[in-house]
Amino acid sequence: MDIWSLPRSRLGELIALLRARGYDVVGPTPRDGAIVYDSIESDAELPVGLGDEQSPGQYRVVPRDDGAVFGFAAGPGSFKRAFHVPEERLYRVQREGKTLRFVPEPVAPRKVALLGARGCDLSALRVLDRVLEGDRYRDERYAARRSEVLLIAVHCGSPSSTCFCSSMGTGPRAGGPWDLALTELTSGEHRFVVETGSPIGLALVRELGLLTASTLDKIHAAKVPVVAAQRITRRLEADGLGARLAKNLDHPRFAQVAERCLACANCTQVCPTCFCTTIEDFTDLDGAGAERRRRWDSCFNPEFSYIHGGPVRPSTRARYRQWMTHKLSSWHEQFGSSGCVGCGRCITWCPVGIDITEEARAIASAGTSEKAT
Amino acid sequence: MRTPKKPKLAVFKLASCDGCQLSLLDCEDELLAVAGAVEIAYFLEASSRIVKAPYDLTLVEGSITTAHDAERLQQIRKMSKKLITIGACATAGGIQALRNFADVAEYARVVYARPEYLSTLATSTAVAAHVPVDFELRGCPVSKAQLLEVLNAFLNGRPPRIGSHSVCLDCKRKGTVCVMVAHGTPCLGPVTHSGCDALCPSYTRGCFGCFGPSASAHPSALRPALTRLGKTDAEVARLYATFNAAAPTFAAEHQALAPKKGPAA
Ligand code: SF4
Ligand code: SF4
Repeated sequence: MDIWSLPRSRLGELIALLRARGYDVVGPTPRDGAIVYDSIESDAELPVGLGDEQSPGQYRVVPRDDGAVFGFAAGPGSFKRAFHVPEERLYRVQREGKTLRFVPEPVAPRKVALLGARGCDLSALRVLDRVLEGDRYRDERYAARRSEVLLIAVHCGSPSSTCFCSSMGTGPRAGGPWDLALTELTSGEHRFVVETGSPIGLALVRELGLLTASTLDKIHAAKVPVVAAQRITRRLEADGLGARLAKNLDHPRFAQVAERCLACANCTQVCPTCFCTTIEDFTDLDGAGAERRRRWDSCFNPEFSYIHGGPVRPSTRARYRQWMTHKLSSWHEQFGSSGCVGCGRCITWCPVGIDITEEARAIASAGTSEKAT
Repeated sequence: MRTPKKPKLAVFKLASCDGCQLSLLDCEDELLAVAGAVEIAYFLEASSRIVKAPYDLTLVEGSITTAHDAERLQQIRKMSKKLITIGACATAGGIQALRNFADVAEYARVVYARPEYLSTLATSTAVAAHVPVDFELRGCPVSKAQLLEVLNAFLNGRPPRIGSHSVCLDCKRKGTVCVMVAHGTPCLGPVTHSGCDALCPSYTRGCFGCFGPSASAHPSALRPALTRLGKTDAEVARLYATFNAAAPTFAAEHQALAPKKGPAA
C-alpha cells in the first residue's frame, strides 16, 4: 500500500473535492468555547491552531503554537448525532373519515464524509452499528443515514488527560476500516501523511494528484500515535472487567457514587455509544391528526424506566449501576463487545467529574461481593 | 371526532404576577385555535364575560398567601372538573414563599407604611398543598409551548408530554455546549426541571432554576461544583432562594447553606 503526502495548504482542496462529489463534510469546528463536529464548507472552519485541556468536570479550548488542525481530543459532540439524531418525527397519522392514514417520515438521502474521526470515534460507530444495524433490533432510519458514509480518520497525536483509548484497544492509532487516514506533521513543512484504505480513498488521492510520502515522513507519522499512547495515563483494566463487575452488583461503592451523582444525564448524552431514546406521541389541537416522535433519552432520567406504578430503577444508585454495568459488563453479552471505547467524554462532561475508570476499578477490585449498607 | 359541545375553560389567579396567564394570551398563532376549541368561560385577564360554573378545565395561577384565597380555592376546586396549576407560584409558592423562611411581621414593618392594614398568612404555599390538583405545570413563567401541550392533551384526552428530567438533557439534545464544564459558569441546569428548552445556556448563561427541581434533583451533589467555581455557601443558598424557594428539594439546600439568621435572600 502506498502512502502519500498532503501539504497543509492543500487540505482545503480535499474538502472541496468531497463537496464536489456530493458529500456533506462533517468535521471539527470551534463553537461556543468547545470543538464540536458539524457540517463544514472549507478548511477555514476547522479548529486551526486550537487544542484543549480536559480534566474531570472541566474543558477549555487553548491555543497551540504549531497551527495544528487536528491538535485536540474528543469534544462534547460525537458523530453519533449525524446518524442517531437527537430528535425526529417517525410518522404522522391523519384521520380520513372513519380510517386513519399513516404517513412515515422519510429519511432524506445524504452522503456524509466524516473528517477527522479518531480511533475512539470509529470504534464508537462500530459499536453503534452492532446495536442499531444488528439483526435483532435493526433501526432502518439509522441504517439509511449510515449507508453512504466516507471515513477520513486521523491517527491521534493529542490525547487529553481524560482519554483511556489505549487500554480499551481503540486508539490512539485509528483502526480500520476507513477510506483515508491522516497523520498530521507540524514540524518543518506542515503536512499530512495519508494512507488509503479503500478504492474510493485511492481515487480521491489520485484525483488530488498527491505525491508519495518520503520514507522519513512515514517513520515520523508512525511515531505520532505511539508517542500519544505514552502520554495517556488513565487506564481501565478491561480484561475480565465485565465478569468482575457482574459479581459485585451490591458493592457499597454504588451507594457512595450515588451520593455524588446528579443524575443529570450528561454522561449518557455525550457518550458516543449511548443510544437510548423515548417515543412521544403528539396530537393536533383539533384532534384531526397526530404524530410520533423519537428523542434521545437517558437511563438517568427517572421517567425512562417508568412503568405502571413507578420507575423500575427508583434510585440514583440503581441508575448509575445500570449505566455503568451496561457499558462495561452486560453489553458484552448483549452485543458482543464493550459499550465503552475509552473516549473520556463522560468524565470531562460530568459537571461533578465522576470518573468511570475510577468507579469501575473500585467496584471490580473487591474480591467478593459485599452487601450494600 | 369530539363532541360538538365545547369544554368550558376557566383561568383563576391567586397571589401572582399574571405572567403565566399572559403566556396564554401570548400564544398568538395558536390562540385562535384554542379559542375555537374551548369556551372561554372565566378569564378576567382576557374578557369580562363570565359564564357560570361548572368548568371542565380550570387553570390556576398563583399561590395561597391569604385566608381569603385559601377559601376561594376550595370553591374553585368544587367548580372545576379538572384543575391544572400553572407557574412557580401555583406549583411551589413562588418568590413570595421567601416569607416561609422569615418573619412576615418584620417584612411587613420594613416594606409598608401601615402594616396593620395587611391581612396575610405567614406562608405562601402551592395550590396542591390545599386541594387535589390534576396536573402541575412548572416555570416562572410557564412555557407557551408547554401550556399549549397541556391544553392540547386535555382536549384530546391524553396525558401531557411534559418531561421532568434535568435541563442538561435538553442542552445535550440541542447541542448546546455546557456552560459549566466549558466556560466555568455556575449553572443550576443539572438540578432543574426541563421546560424552557434550555434557554439560558443557549445564550451562554447559567440556568436560574425557573422550573424548580427536576425529578431526580440532587442539589447537595452540585455543591462541590459550584464551590469549585468560586461560589460561597451563602451565594449557593441564594441561587436556590428564588422563584422556587419553597420547593422542598431547593428549600432543603438553601436552608442547609444559608447564613444562620433570616431568609437566604
Ligand atoms: S455520572 Fe455525572 S454526568 Fe452522569 S448523571 Fe451522574 S452527575 Fe450527571
Ligand atoms: S462510557 Fe464514557 S469513556 Fe466510555 S465511550 Fe462512553 S463517554 Fe466514552
